[in-house]
This record gives sequence, C-alpha cells and structure tokens, in this order.
Amino acid sequence: MNTMTKLTLKTEGDTQVVVTRHFNAKPEALYRAHTEPELIQKWLLGPEGWTMPVCISEPRPGGKIRYEWENPAKGKASRFQITGEYLELEPFNRIVHVERMFLPDPTPDNHIETRFDRDGDGTLMTMRMTLPDAPTRAQMLATGMEHGMEMSYVRLEGILPA
Amino acid sequence: MLDLDSAFAALADPTRRAILARLALGEATVMELAEPFEMTQPAVSRHLKVLEQAGLILRRNEGTRRPSRLAKPGFDAVDQWLDMLRTALTRNYDRLDQVLADMTPDTGGEIG
Repeated sequence: MNTMTKLTLKTEGDTQVVVTRHFNAKPEALYRAHTEPELIQKWLLGPEGWTMPVCISEPRPGGKIRYEWENPAKGKASRFQITGEYLELEPFNRIVHVERMFLPDPTPDNHIETRFDRDGDGTLMTMRMTLPDAPTRAQMLATGMEHGMEMSYVRLEGILPA
Repeated sequence: MLDLDSAFAALADPTRRAILARLALGEATVMELAEPFEMTQPAVSRHLKVLEQAGLILRRNEGTRRPSRLAKPGFDAVDQWLDMLRTALTRNYDRLDQVLADMTPDTGGEIG
C-alpha cells in the first residue's frame, strides 16, 4: 500500500474544487488513460457493478465527450450519462474540458482542467473543477465529495439507526 | 417521493446540517431548535420548511407545537447516493493504477 497515492480533495475560492493524486506511471500513460476510449472504459466506472457501454472521446479542441454508464444488475433504467467537449489539449501534460451530467436533467457545466506533472518517478495528477457559482459548488460538495462534509455525514449515519 | 436535488440543496447549508445533527438526537420543537443556534423562530421555521420539502424531516401536529424529527427514508436515499459517490473516485483511481501498470510495457522509453 503506497500512502503517496492517497487522494486529496479541497476547495479553492468560491467556485473551485481541486483533486490531486499521485500515480506510479509517466504523464504520457495518464494522458492516454484519460483520452483513449478503450482505456477510459476500463477505469472510469465508479462503484462496483457499473459498466460504460458507450464511451466517445474525441481528444481535439471542440471534440465530443460522451460517457454512458449502466449497472446490468439494475437494468436499462439505471443508465445515465455525461456529455462534454474538449477545449484545450497539451499532450501529455494538460487537458481542459467541460462536462455536464444528466440525472436526467443536465447539471450546470463543470469546467475541468486536468494536469499531469512529473513527480519523482511518477506523475502528480491535479484536477481543478470550476463550477459556475458558489451555490452550484455547494450542491456538488453536498454530494459527499469534500472531506469535512463527509465526516459530518459519517457522524449522522453513526447516530441514525441502520 | 424524494427529490435528491432538493435534498442535496438542503444539505448544502451548514445551519441546516446543524439542525439535522440536533434532530438526530431526538425530536425537537422550533423553540428548542432556536435556542442553541441563537436564531429567531421564524428563521428556524424557514430552514425546517426547506428540510421538510426535501424529505429529510417530518413534522407532526401537536396542538400549536409542530415537533420535527428526521425522516429515515429521505436519509436512506441520500446515504445510498453518497455511498456511491464516495467510493466512486477512490475505486476509479485504484482501477486506473491497474490500467497504467498494464500499459507500462507499451509506453516505451523516456517521455521528454
């Protein structure tokens, strides 16, 4: 277990969320794993049980992004998607794109800059998400992504009957 | 029917989370909630209305008092969703480690 690979997640300013994680691989490998559909489909799956039957990734400025997930155990009704567009690509160090999730109504656009910087023998990934405004970010943080809030939910869960 | 958007919007406010933490200890009236939070009763009532509409609390009529308590179905739905999101990022990157490990032979020499 390499403690260097621990995920960090923090807020910046009123509208940003920043995720960092170290990987034992070169920036080129990270860049490819974030832009090539057949690689994306192997890892960008969320919790166990989910698959990505549709993965469109056109890594060029203006290129489309479309990810569709489905949990076969829950059937077709479980399917949901993210769509987006690539804005800037600097192989193999930087990707800028926008995305929105359909639940089924679209969420406000999330502007995401993903950087891959050399870090020792590996790569430090820094993903900076910018939401349109403070309330939208607050709502996103309420999804349990931020550490402090997660703790408050854990506390509530501990108190509530199972 | 629980509306997750309303539930998360309701949970995004620190005062409302504090009210929920208090209600996790047991039922409370508006007056009982207003005191520790040093808020006016109308202000507490407004927060309770948001929480009630989000399906996170239930209010029962007891004369003019309307004590509030947590609504378990609402929290169960939120918990289920949070569990999924909470584990999603970590699982994704653990899987990505494996994808990267499998790629290494293909990526070849030094990247400039």
